[in-house]
Amino acid sequence: MKRFLIPLAIFLVLVGFLAIGLKLDPREVPSPLIGKPAADFKLALLSDPAKQLSPADLRGKVWLLNVWASWCVSCRQEHPVLLDLSRQGIVPIYGMDYKDQPGDAQAVLNQYGNPYVETVVDLDGRAGINYGVYGVPETYVIDKNGIIRYKFTGPVTPESLYKKILPLVKELQK
Amino acid sequence: MIPELGQFSLILALLLALVQSILPLAGAARNIPAWMSVARPAARAQFLFVAIAFGCLAYSFLTNDFSVLNVTQHSFSRLPPIYRFAATWGSHEGSLLLWTLILGLWTMAVTLFSRHLPDDMVARVIGVMGLVSFGLLLFMITTSNPFVRMLPAAMDGSDLNPMLQDPGMVAHPPILYMGYVGFSVAFAFAMAALISGKLDASWARWSRPWTTAAWAFLTLGIMMGSWWAYYELGWGGWWFWDPTENASLMPWLVGTALIHSLAVTEKRGSFKAWTVFLAIGAFSLSLLGTFLVRSGVLSSVHSFATDPARGLFILAFLAVVIGGSLLLFAFRASQVGLGGRFALVSRESFLMANNILLLTATGSVLLGTLYPLFLDALDLGKISVGPPYFNAVFVPLVTPLLFLIGVGPLARWKQAKVPELASRLKWGFAASLIVALLLPLTLGAWKPLVSLGYLLALWIVVTVAIGVQGRLRTTTAWSANFYGMNLAHLGVAVTVIGITMVSSYETERNVRMNEGDTVTLKNYTFIFKGAKDHDGPNYQASRGTLEVSRNGRHVTTLYPEKRTYLASGMPFTESAIDYGFTRDLYVALGEPLGGGAWSVRLFHKPFVVWIWIGAVLMAMGGVLAITDRRYRITSRKKERGAA
Amino acid sequence: MRPWMIMLTLWLPLAAMANEASPVAADPVLEQRMIGLSENLRCLVCQNESLAGSRADLAKDLRQEIREQMSAGKSDAQVVDYLTQRYGDFVLYKPPVKPLTWLLWFGPFALLIGAAGSLYAYIKRRGSRLADQSLSKEEKKRVEALLGNNGNES
Repeated sequence: MKRFLIPLAIFLVLVGFLAIGLKLDPREVPSPLIGKPAADFKLALLSDPAKQLSPADLRGKVWLLNVWASWCVSCRQEHPVLLDLSRQGIVPIYGMDYKDQPGDAQAVLNQYGNPYVETVVDLDGRAGINYGVYGVPETYVIDKNGIIRYKFTGPVTPESLYKKILPLVKELQK
Repeated sequence: MIPELGQFSLILALLLALVQSILPLAGAARNIPAWMSVARPAARAQFLFVAIAFGCLAYSFLTNDFSVLNVTQHSFSRLPPIYRFAATWGSHEGSLLLWTLILGLWTMAVTLFSRHLPDDMVARVIGVMGLVSFGLLLFMITTSNPFVRMLPAAMDGSDLNPMLQDPGMVAHPPILYMGYVGFSVAFAFAMAALISGKLDASWARWSRPWTTAAWAFLTLGIMMGSWWAYYELGWGGWWFWDPTENASLMPWLVGTALIHSLAVTEKRGSFKAWTVFLAIGAFSLSLLGTFLVRSGVLSSVHSFATDPARGLFILAFLAVVIGGSLLLFAFRASQVGLGGRFALVSRESFLMANNILLLTATGSVLLGTLYPLFLDALDLGKISVGPPYFNAVFVPLVTPLLFLIGVGPLARWKQAKVPELASRLKWGFAASLIVALLLPLTLGAWKPLVSLGYLLALWIVVTVAIGVQGRLRTTTAWSANFYGMNLAHLGVAVTVIGITMVSSYETERNVRMNEGDTVTLKNYTFIFKGAKDHDGPNYQASRGTLEVSRNGRHVTTLYPEKRTYLASGMPFTESAIDYGFTRDLYVALGEPLGGGAWSVRLFHKPFVVWIWIGAVLMAMGGVLAITDRRYRITSRKKERGAA
Repeated sequence: MRPWMIMLTLWLPLAAMANEASPVAADPVLEQRMIGLSENLRCLVCQNESLAGSRADLAKDLRQEIREQMSAGKSDAQVVDYLTQRYGDFVLYKPPVKPLTWLLWFGPFALLIGAAGSLYAYIKRRGSRLADQSLSKEEKKRVEALLGNNGNES
């Protein structure tokens, strides 16, 4: 009788969903800020605490915001990729040192190289919260009008850089 | 040497499981007694080798054999011996071995207690269980081998997760698995019935004790998990609607529906197809739970670290076992026949209402647990579904169910006499209502949910009394089934009271305490005597001392600790609890605030132990019911053959 | 009086009195409110823990943020808005009721009503399908002998 097939049908649909689920990450938090203006901040520079930077200063150009910290192990993984990108000069990278000691951060940049045009210091993590930061490293693509266009969570890999981030950057720079 | 022995035993067990399933099932289909008789010996041999494998793994843990990868990842030389033993099942691989061991144990039990069953039924039941064993062993050997060596051997292990270093770890998984896995017996009976086409009241009578036994174990297993979470995690919560908890609750809900449905099928021969479906459902949910916890598909405090390849294998296993059984069900269910007729208001219909409520509750838990996955898979965004949802949906579904506990047992089979029911119950209802409305006032604030909780609990108690009194008027003969049922229902009432009281009347203080400071909580005075170093075998700790008194008299001394485990460096809070029949006093150290001061959290939790006492009563009721004489008729049934 | 005597008289009562511990939170009422709200919010970096109970750094930061917002007079709804703007609906343990979640919120009750209706229809249909057979006196006696006292129990 046909109605006895209903449980099987429902089960097969369930299996389909579970199979898809195996490829997803249940802990990844997609950002609701895509398409919204990048939150304002006025934070001191790592290189010169007397000076400050805010996103408004960067209007008119496409830029990357990379949230990192000296205590973050995966940030070291993406560091060479960022260095390489900074040498190519395609898009400026600004760093946000998240909940860190400026001294430690500067030491890391001295030791491993500095891919950032400038790094701002977010001591208490407040600015980060306004960007929806929930872990480090995270990288944002921000366009000429100061709108967040893309967020990448985790260390930037060459693949994600060339497949997702750079094509978008080139598109936005037109 | 020993790990290799274990590995070899697993392979032997795999081959034996194959023999255990193919020969008896084919033998039953072709009526070849010689093949069918292979079932019992093959099953026992399979169990023996799985037990040997388990023993080898346990031995590796107990002797700190850090050349075995599993031991290195989950143990530590300074871990107390009992936890080294429990660490055998502290990993995905080890717990899978435990699963297989317990499946072998239940199969063994079936081989021993099935003398009264027809040979072809025994062959089919053991054969189906053999197929499940085969799948698990194959999974273990190919993707989750607990005996993988690491060379060179490590100097020491990474330690067992501190949360698992607890008596709860020793007891909770084995008992829980006895329940989960025990539903495989009901499943196998259902499959045997579908395959043979012989599905009648005697099938129900044979399945019932096995199902009730598994259900009782699962009740205890869930209860232990809840109690363990209470004293180990967070601030004394006892249920978080975490995916892993839901994974164990769902088979329990369907299992409860199943034991009630079996009652109808046994007594009246009705709802056979439905009962078979529930038997498939309960075990399917056990398997689904196993998948959810190990596949990485859901985020849980409790999930095992795994990789997608394993998840895929379990999913395939799930698809084959559940899909296959549902397919068989679709083809054979219509041939099952109808059974006795009954009226719209009768014990049968009340039991079916019970089933509908339980199944809807199961559906809501499943929906809530998997909804985030559904939306994410369809790229519709990411949401979370937590306690606010589950409480909002589950409680209204359970309320009518609890009400039915009072009405169902008193209703007649086939046609309930409504006026008679009403007259027996109206005074009980009135009395319960009045007490339920007034009682909260004596405790302080009147809250509607508290009254509801009391009403339902008192209603159950009163109706149990009416039922027992009614029976005693006709006979004083002992009936294990009858009194077991009532004991289990009383257990439900006790749990409801516990939940109601602690949810509504719990009080808490979160204070900074210097040495000598006091705090009062509900007539209890706590004096902080400072914190001292108090190291353990594999951890360093600061241990606080709090003297508790009431009305000037000393009640107890509590020693909450803040530990740092040596191997992992993980910090850990070990709370101190003074258990009591009418209240628990729960104290946890927060952070050191300098100068010997600490932040301390204190709780007064009224009647919280009733939650778990009730569950124990439920399990006891189930066990009592199994001892009923009707399940012990042996040779007569065999002579008469399948009824 | 000599200074030391003054000091003594000031210190003695303090020494004799057992100090009542003060709440950890600066404002216990606000704290209660914050914890109440946080219990229904998700810790984003944990494996399924609430914002209230989590010991993770981000959780501490967000709890502090909520405290400050509440002090500034924001309502619960406004605080929740603040968080969902930055982290999405994922941060809510109580999923919002919107078309996407209608199935979630109303599904169980729809299922209940559907199932109850089906059961009702089934019982009615089944009743008319089965004819009632009555037993003869002999058969009744045999039944009684076999069943003994198991007249009307489960």
